[in-house]
Amino acid sequence: MLAVHVEKTLGEFSMNVAFTSESRATALFGPSGAGKTSLINMIAGLLRPDRGRVEIDGEVLFDSAAQIDMPAWRRRIGYVFQEGRLLPHFTVQHNLEYGRWMGGHKFDPAAFQHVVELLDIGHLLDRRPGKLSGGERQRIAVGRALLMQPRLLLLDEPLASLDTARKRDILPYLERLRDEARMPMIYVSHIATEVKLIASHVVWLDGGRVATMGGIERLDAAQVDMLA
Amino acid sequence: MFDLSPQDWTAVALSLRVAAVSTVVALPFGIIVAMLLARGSFWGKSVLDAVVHLPLVLPPVVTGYLLLISLGRKAPLGAFFADHFGIVFSFRWTGAAVACGVMAFPLLVRSIRLSIEAIDRRLEDAASTLGANRAWTFTTVTLPLALPGIIAGMMLAFARALGEFGATITFVSNIPGETQTISAAIYSLIQVPGGDADALKLVVISIVICVAALLASEWLAKRATARLHGA
Repeated sequence: MLAVHVEKTLGEFSMNVAFTSESRATALFGPSGAGKTSLINMIAGLLRPDRGRVEIDGEVLFDSAAQIDMPAWRRRIGYVFQEGRLLPHFTVQHNLEYGRWMGGHKFDPAAFQHVVELLDIGHLLDRRPGKLSGGERQRIAVGRALLMQPRLLLLDEPLASLDTARKRDILPYLERLRDEARMPMIYVSHIATEVKLIASHVVWLDGGRVATMGGIERLDAAQVDMLA
Repeated sequence: MFDLSPQDWTAVALSLRVAAVSTVVALPFGIIVAMLLARGSFWGKSVLDAVVHLPLVLPPVVTGYLLLISLGRKAPLGAFFADHFGIVFSFRWTGAAVACGVMAFPLLVRSIRLSIEAIDRRLEDAASTLGANRAWTFTTVTLPLALPGIIAGMMLAFARALGEFGATITFVSNIPGETQTISAAIYSLIQVPGGDADALKLVVISIVICVAALLASEWLAKRATARLHGA
């Protein structure tokens, strides 16, 4: 279970977000500028909350009151960034294995093969990121995050940098990922159709606050409210 | 053309050794200082920046004299090195290497610093989410991405060290076979009647070495950049 309560002031913008999630796939939904990326950066340990507490499965990652702030590299949270952020000086294969090296895990051929097949990236292993298409890059980024054996997977608008056709290519992979990978994920997006396809639970963020949360059907109800 | 006297060849070989040693020894310090200046925020950062750049603006004779009074055999720092490491700088080629390293240091730091500042720090964040602590992030992401700047800086420093004259001659004098580099040898030759011809040969050699160094650095930096951008 993921339990988050964070407060953060970023210039003029202030955030105060609290939510818990036990769902396999939680969507973090809201317009751009709602604080979605800042929120998952705080979960990942890339941004320090001013106050609050972040806990996964009983382990405290951050607690301002207890002065606990686990560094990002020890959190074991997989992060798929909007722009992929593959390491340009490594081949695809080495990008995929980077997390394993850093974690000091043994090579697991079966797990590697599984991820490679899941994302259909076998033919790209010897290439360098500079020569990949946007869609390929995002699939590698997903694979890289999966192979570090994270306890939680954060996906920050993984489709945002892709055109519509590419989005349609990648969405099935993400659905397979949700169904086959045995780890909870948080899917950040401002596109309702995408969110409904992937997630079963939604946290709707607006202006740095939780506007509504609950089952994914809340999305329709809330949208109706907004239109009314 | 290349019928140089043995003494002139010695000067060429010595120059290459002094320039290479000074560049290699200065490199780790250059990377540390460049990292501090590019990333650090600490009290006295602008002072460090100024001190690093000082050899670029000070008259070389002043730098050489400062080295003489701080690293000379009787000076505290010079005595410390002599007593603890057995390294004597005054009137030795090691001193020439120190003088060259100090004079080339600002160029080295500047080039490395610029390339560190140009690195997309979000890549370092990505590495940290993958489990890389700061040391690993530095060695597997920051350093390789800064490589073109590091190569360029090393070559600039090497070329600068080859051309160094004022600080070297002030600090360690002009002793054939020990501290007489190409520049000092040329200087000595043109002081002697009839030395012009030999001086000219050394001039040509120094031009050839410097052009070769710059071409090599261009080529290496291009290759490193191509690697980074996925060839």
